[in-house]
Parts: sequence; structure tokens; C-alpha cells
Amino acid sequence: CCCCNEVGCKPGADGDDSLYPIAVLIDELRNEDVQLRLNSIKKLSTIALALGVERTRTELLPFLTDTIYDEDEVLLALAEQLGNFTMLVGGPEYVHCLLPPLESLATVEETVVRDKAVESLRKISQEHSPVDLEVHFEPLVKRLASGDWFTSRTSACGLFSVCYPRVSSTVKAEIRQHFRTLCSDDTPMVRRAAASKLGEFAKVLELDYVKSDIISLFTALASDEQDSVRLLAVEACVSIATLLPQEDLESLVMPTLRQAAEDKSWRVRYMVADKFSETFVSLQISLCFNCIHSVLTIWLSDLCLLCPVSEQELVSDTNQHVKSALASVIMGLSTILGKDNTIEHLLPLFLAQLKDECPEVRLNIISNLDCVNEVIGIRQLSQSLLPAIVELAEDAKWRVRLAIIEYMPLLAGQLGVEFFDEKLNTLCMAWLIDHVYAIREAATCNLMKLVEKFGAEWAQNTIVPKVLGMANDPNYLHRMTTLFCINALSEACGQDITTKQMLPVVLKMSNDQVANVRFNVAKSLQKIGPVLDSNALQTEVKPVLEKLATDTDMDVKYFAQEAISDANVEQRLVQQAAFIFPADQTCCSLAGSQDRSEQRNTVVSITACNLMNSRIACTNPSQTVSFPNFFQPDLHAPVHSLFSAATQIEFDQTNE
Amino acid sequence: MTKKSHTVNVPDLVSGIHSVFCPFSADIISTVEFNYSGDLLATGDKGGRVVIFQHEQESKNRPQLRGEYNVYSTFQSHEPEFDYLKSLEIEEKINKIRWLPQQNAAHFLLSTNDKTIKLWKISERDKRAEGYNLKDEDGRLRDPFRITSLRVPVLMPMDLMVEASPRRIFANAHTYHINSISVNSDHETYLSADDLRINLWHLEITDRSFNIVDIKPANMEELTEVITAAECHPLQCNVFVYSSSKGTIRLCDMRAAALCDRHSKFFEEPEDPSSRSFFSEIISSISDVKFSHSGRYMMTRDYLSVKVWDLNMENRPVETYQVHEYLRSKLCSLYENDCIFDKFECCWNGSDSAIMTGSYNNFFRMFDRNTRRDITLEASRESSKPRATLKPRKVSTGGKRKKDEISVDSLDFNKKILHTAWHPKDNVIAVAATNNLYIFQDKIN
Repeated sequence: CCCCNEVGCKPGADGDDSLYPIAVLIDELRNEDVQLRLNSIKKLSTIALALGVERTRTELLPFLTDTIYDEDEVLLALAEQLGNFTMLVGGPEYVHCLLPPLESLATVEETVVRDKAVESLRKISQEHSPVDLEVHFEPLVKRLASGDWFTSRTSACGLFSVCYPRVSSTVKAEIRQHFRTLCSDDTPMVRRAAASKLGEFAKVLELDYVKSDIISLFTALASDEQDSVRLLAVEACVSIATLLPQEDLESLVMPTLRQAAEDKSWRVRYMVADKFSETFVSLQISLCFNCIHSVLTIWLSDLCLLCPVSEQELVSDTNQHVKSALASVIMGLSTILGKDNTIEHLLPLFLAQLKDECPEVRLNIISNLDCVNEVIGIRQLSQSLLPAIVELAEDAKWRVRLAIIEYMPLLAGQLGVEFFDEKLNTLCMAWLIDHVYAIREAATCNLMKLVEKFGAEWAQNTIVPKVLGMANDPNYLHRMTTLFCINALSEACGQDITTKQMLPVVLKMSNDQVANVRFNVAKSLQKIGPVLDSNALQTEVKPVLEKLATDTDMDVKYFAQEAISDANVEQRLVQQAAFIFPADQTCCSLAGSQDRSEQRNTVVSITACNLMNSRIACTNPSQTVSFPNFFQPDLHAPVHSLFSAATQIEFDQTNE
Repeated sequence: MTKKSHTVNVPDLVSGIHSVFCPFSADIISTVEFNYSGDLLATGDKGGRVVIFQHEQESKNRPQLRGEYNVYSTFQSHEPEFDYLKSLEIEEKINKIRWLPQQNAAHFLLSTNDKTIKLWKISERDKRAEGYNLKDEDGRLRDPFRITSLRVPVLMPMDLMVEASPRRIFANAHTYHINSISVNSDHETYLSADDLRINLWHLEITDRSFNIVDIKPANMEELTEVITAAECHPLQCNVFVYSSSKGTIRLCDMRAAALCDRHSKFFEEPEDPSSRSFFSEIISSISDVKFSHSGRYMMTRDYLSVKVWDLNMENRPVETYQVHEYLRSKLCSLYENDCIFDKFECCWNGSDSAIMTGSYNNFFRMFDRNTRRDITLEASRESSKPRATLKPRKVSTGGKRKKDEISVDSLDFNKKILHTAWHPKDNVIAVAATNNLYIFQDKIN
């Protein structure tokens, strides 16, 4: 629609060249295409900067205030931008100018947009002076709190806590009154919003008011007629409990909590169970035990709802879904029950379940071991654990084997190096020669995670020799596994091990008689290249790749050339960057950096910027053409987006 | 679109202004629903269109025209589709419309066809941005070299524009045909029911729903009943009911368990063995269930009657009203022309003191629960003159036909009133008679 679509368009060169891109951005605020509008909104700071603080306040913000008809994603971006706009409207002195657009965004129906507007409001509230807070911000909160529609009232709930600590005591009283009103609002939406902010609000209130106001609100919300409100009140309990002195907890919080634990609605009971450990951390141990018995009884009956038998029978239940669900639940109980109770009551259950015939049940126990480990230590279980793991590791179903592999890093962390070396290491190596590819693949990934956990030195002593030994295996699939392992391990093991131990093996394998192995050598070299130092790369890797590039097999040739060009592109980029920005210190230092991925990113972004700059200026058309191939997709990208990105850069430059 | 407006005088329950809307002669209205304030009235039709009417503000010079509803917005909600996997055509017909409680200046409604539920936003726009940098007012491009100053667009007033935009699409959750949707009183969830299952949705989440009732037997040959309607309790967010083709209603409490296959109350009236016939089961099938506004009662409609149940009494209804008992002798022919399977809906007035439901021959029935009086009225253009009072109608049941009575044999079974709606506060009713919508209201004295 406008002339910037034409390649080679040149805006006026006589000093106004920064206006044209801005003009495009402003016009695109109203473009038919959502993507372009979104793009413009995201560049709102550029527009504001060009307009200056005065025009931003008097023209841009009024326009934005009424632009609430747009798509959610545009509004979301707008709400986010406005949170960072303080300097663009003239600093904290004028920050209140941002309130009207954010106020209208805080009333839209889309929750994500409202939440973002509230977040931005909370952010800019900090930039208000105490006077402005009372003159501008607090009236806004009041307006929202007494709005006609519940969307504005829900938004108000999130704003009380940020202005409360910074206003005078009379205003404080008003705020408390507003919050009270919202807690008994007609619509459940507002009551839910109030309930979810209750804890946060309690934190900024004076202790006396916590006791007088918050507790009564908490009690009221916790016995709301709607269970969706009640369950949110339970959440608030956590923060309220931390605020009150221990001696008040029993009388003020516990009755409500106990009532919630016995609620008719499973959702509320679930919430209590879910927040149980969190809440009880802040409660006294003695109080916990006071309450725990009744709560546990209810829980167990909930568990039994799944299947109308008692807990002990449930474990020997034939329904495997119930059993595996139970398995994952009872592991969590241990944190709540404490060490002695766990050993007495739960340990027998765990052990029974570890011997269960159904692999899912065993897996569920093993996958939740971390909870038990925290409470009683894994040693208690290890005697039964090991047979269970070994059995799962050799299960006939490969999916079961896969599942246990995925828990290996976790288990290794729990059991420690010694136990692992002693009992599990052989298992991990055995998976490398599994006849199912997915298992071999998972096993290599597992090795990488183990090395990340136990360190390179451990790898050098235990894993690497075994892996490299497989390079001489008569089965070519196993030889390839060596290469896959090297791909996975090189980064975790570091430059030293990779260059000294792995690289020779890989290079030797380039003479393998199986073509699949040879082209995987080329792939591996490409992969481990970034880990190697440039000396090894030039003297050892390159010759081998060049030899592979003349291989008789087509695929080997292809992958070797691929690896060579990859290395070349990288090198060329480094040179190019140094050529384009010889004076740029950061560029040069990054280009000389040892970390190749960092180098590459810098180069790519620098070249991309330069490419776009050159497009606008069109000083040397041949330059555009000379860029390496992999920028081609960028050249085809909509000129619009390039243009906007470029204007940003250009603009920033002119401003400096 | 044609619109006629005239007043009819009706004794007793309904009288007053009467407007007729005939959107498209071929298009049959398939649902009618007032919003919570009663200011808006939505209709859905067989063509997948939703038409929204707005209550006009009372004008000083024509005070008698207080009940005028005019077209506010029309949009295509559903399009015909084809399920290639099952080789099934999916009709665009709107089965149900439900309004959401108003949350801001815009209005929201859910509309559903057999498979897909959509959330629509109906909003007004009265401002338009003006002023571009790169082009003139008339759209001509400006010379980009001559841009010497930036223009920020300015919002200018414009003629009111009503936009309907689809906000969410809740699809792929129903294998069978959706017969009901109902918004929960927690304002964040709603349920949707098909022949065998009921799902619970969060209004903001479209890729997930919870199945709360599933009556599908493992073997479909053992299927003996289907779900015919479902509704959430107006006040208690954990309670909902669903009715079945066997004439029973189950009330479920979502607090008890996530899956509500086990009901907490079961409403059923024992069958009178003396009146048992071949058609007993068919005519006992419930076609609609509605909670009263107070939440204390619910009303069910079966083929011949409307029953009011007290939620605290499961063994029989507290009130039973015969809608067209004279058809009992005609069941055989009604079975042959499939009319016996017609799904009549029913509705409460704002104060729960009266009930309305439809019948044949463009007749609809109203029952006053306090006085136990009932009335039959006719919604047709021929019988109602502008601003005239509607005359009560009578169907002769005996051998001798009195003056002004209509014989059972001359009833037109093609003119059926299935969908009616009552304004939540005032005595304004909307009656859908095939492709016409009639709006009646109290006579102004």
C-alpha cells in the first residue's frame, strides 16, 4: 500500500531520513494486517521517542486509550509496552499520563490482557511519587473497584497491595474498605480475584488489621457458597499463616483450614492436600499433628473413592490404573508424614509396590523416589530398589525399558556415584547395545546427563573407555553407537577429553569399510567441531574431511562436504565481521572469542543489521548479493519486517 | 428483512405490542434466548445465522411503543461442514444460544450446532481513527521525500457500528449431537451435553474439556436411554441436572467427584399402569428442563405436559400442567408423521409465577402457577392485528364444537411453536413460529 514495499526506495536524504520510517510505523498502527499492527505496537517506544514527550502525552496516549477494539495479542503487547513508558512520557513527574490507557486495558474481557495491564500498573505505581499516588493512582484503583462490570473490579483486586503501603492512613482505611467490599461482591469472578489476592494484601497490612480484617475475610471466603472461591481462599492460607504469631494460628487459622480439609467439594480438599506441605511448613509441628490425623483420614477415604476398599487392600487391587495412581500419590505422603511414620506405614507399601507385577506401578514408585529420599534416605529402599530396576531394565517391552532409562539420571543423583558405579553402570552400558534403536538413542542421551551430573573426570574413568572400546566392535551398529555417544558427550566432557581421546577414535573410524559409519564420522566431526580448538580443526579434522569428500559413496561425500562448508561459512563470517566493523570493539573481541557459538551469533546479528542498513542506503547493491547463502531466507522475508527492524537500528544510531 | 409492528390486546397474561420479524422465509428459527438484562434477544436459525434484537429505549413521543425490539446485529455463526472421516454432514443449524453474564461494555454469547460451540463477542464501535502520514485523506500516496512532520491519528466519532467476532471455538469434544449448553453460575465454566455425554468447559480454554457424565454402554446394543437436555443450577455452581428419554431427571453434585456418573438425586414419577400404551415411553421422553430463577424448582416438558418439580422432592412433581391433552387420541397419526418426536421447550417468567410452552397450529400455552389458570394463544399474522389484544383460543375436545372453537382434526401440525423465551424481568415474550418471530408484551393501561 505504501512505497516502502518497493525495493530500493530512498527516503529523503536531507536530514529527515529518520521521519520516514517512523511515519511508516505510525501508519501501521492501523494496518489491516494484525502482524504489522503488532509490529508497530512493539516499536511504540521508537514512535514515542520520535514524537517527543510532549506529543506522546498529548497525542499518542489519548489515541491509544481508545484503541481497545484490537486483537488480544495487540492489546497484550500494548499493555506490556506501557509498563516501560515512564521515561518516554517525561519521567516519574508525568507517569500518571499512562494511567488512562492502562485503565481501559484493565477492563477488557480477555484475562491475559487484563493481567498484563495490572502488571504494568503495578510496575508504574512504583514510579509515582507519594503525592501522585494519592492524587492519580489511588482514584484509579477506586474507579476500577467500583466499576459497573466485573472485569474492572477483578483488576482492582491486584492493585490494592501496591498502593497501600505508600498512602496516608485515611486512604489506607478506604482501601481496606474497598477490599472488603470486593470480597463480598455479587459475582464469583470478583470474589475469586479477591481471594487470590488476599494473601498478597495481607502481607502489606499492619498486623492488627491482619487479625481484625483479613482473618474475617479469609473465613468468609473459605466458606463461600461457590467452591471455586473456597479453594482459592485455601491458597491464601499459606501467606496468612506466615504473618501471624504461632500462638494465634491455632485459634485464627486452624479452624478454617480444618473445615476446608473436610469440605464437601473434592476440589477444595484437593487444594488443601496440594498446599498441605507448603502451609504446614509455616505451622508449628505440634499443630500439624493435631490436624494431620483427621485430614489424612479424609484423604485416605478420597483415595478409596477410586476404589471402594481400604488402603491396604488397594495396594493389592487388581485395577492397575488405580494402583499406579495410588503409587504416585503415596510417595508424596511421605513428606507430610515425616520419617518415623513413613518407615512404619508407608515403607511396606513401597516395597510391596516395587514388586508389583505391573511395570507402570513400579515405574511410578521409582519416578517419585525423590520425595522419599528427602525424608528417609534412599538407602532404606535400595535393597528392594535394585532388583526392581534391574527387572525393569530388562523388561521385554521396550517402552518400559525406555521409561526406566529416563529416570536413570534422577536415580543416579539420589543414589550417589558409588552405588551407581557398583550396581547400575553395567546396566547403562548394556542399553548401548540394545537391539532397539530408541533404547540405544535414549542410552546415549542418558550418558550425557550422567556426565553432566558426575563430571568429566568420572566420565573419563568409567564411561569413555567403554564407549571408545565399542569402536572396534564387529557389529557396525555398535560402532555407530560409539559415534553417537561421542556426539552427545563431547560438549559435556570438554575440549581436553574430546581432542585427546575421542577425536583419534573418530578419525580412525573414517577408514571403516561400512559407508554408514564413514558418513557418520563426517557428521560427528561437524558436530564436535565447535568443541575442538582451531589447531586440531585445521591440522587433523580438515584433511580427513577432505579425504571423505572424495569417497566413492555418495552419502559420505555429501556429509563430508556439508561439514566442510559449515566450517568455511563460519570462518568467512568471522572475517567479514571484522571487515565490516573494524572499529567495533565488542565485535572484534567477540570474533576472537574462543566460544564458537557466541562468535557465530554475533556475526550473524551484525551481518544481518549491516545487510539491512545497506538495503536502505543502497550504496552498493553488489554487497547485498555477496552475502553467504544462508542469509537467503532473510532476503525473501517481507521487506516490511526488515524495514522496521532496520529503522530501529538506524534510529538508535541517529539518536546517539 | 421486513419488520411489522402492531399492537394486539390480550386479556390476562399477555397483551400489548406485537412485532413480527420474518428474516428469511425459508429459514426456520431454531432457538430464542433473552440475555440477562432482557435488553437483547438472540435467535438462531437453521441456516446457521444468529440475529440479535435490541430493546429500543422508550421514546417520549410514542410511549405506547415501549416493547419495540429492533435488529441489532446479524452474523453467520456456523457454516455447513462435512466430516470426511465419518462421511457425515454437519448441519449449520444453531441448536442453542446461551448468553454470558455481562462482563464489560460488550456482550458475549455461546452458540452451538451439532458439534461445535462458539463464543461470540458483540461489541459497538463509534469512533474511527483518522489521519495517515503516508497518504492524504482521499487515499492518495504522499511523496515520501516531503514528510516533514509526523501525524498521530485522531479518533473521530462515526455512526455506531455493531461488530460480532468469534472469540473462541470449542470443537472436537462431542461424538454425538449437542442438545444443550448451559453457563455455570461460577461465570467461568459451562457444560455441553450430547446424546450420551456431558462435558464441562472452561470459558477460556478451548483445547480441553472434562467429561463429567458418560452414559454410553460398553455395548451400544444395550443402549436404552439418551440424554435429552442438561442445565446448570442458577445459583449453586456445583449442581446440574440432565433429563433422559425415559422421562427421568438426574441431579448431580460436582463436589462429590470429578466424574458425575453417579447422580445424587433421581426424579421420576411412577407410571400410571392404567394409561400404559405403545406410546407411553415416547411421550414421556423429556424434551426440555429448566431451573426456576430462584433455584428451588425445575420444570420439565414431555410431549403432552409440563411438570414442575421441587428439588427437595424426587418421587413426583409438585405441579403438572396438560399442554394439549386432546392429542392423546391422535398419537397414532402423530407417530406416523414423526410429530411425536418434536422437542418442545418451556420457559419460566421472571418471577417464576408463570410458565410458557408451545404447541401445534401456532398455539402456545401459558399457565399461571398461583391461580392455576391457563390460556392458549395463537401467534400468527392473520389472527393478530397491530396493537390488538390477542384472543384466547380453544380447541374443542367433545363432539360438539362451540363458536370460536377449533376442532382437533383441523389443527395444522406443520405450524409448531417449539421455542419460546420470556424476558427475565418484564412481561415480554418471544415466540418462534417456524420462520417468524413474534414479540408480545403486557398491555399498557
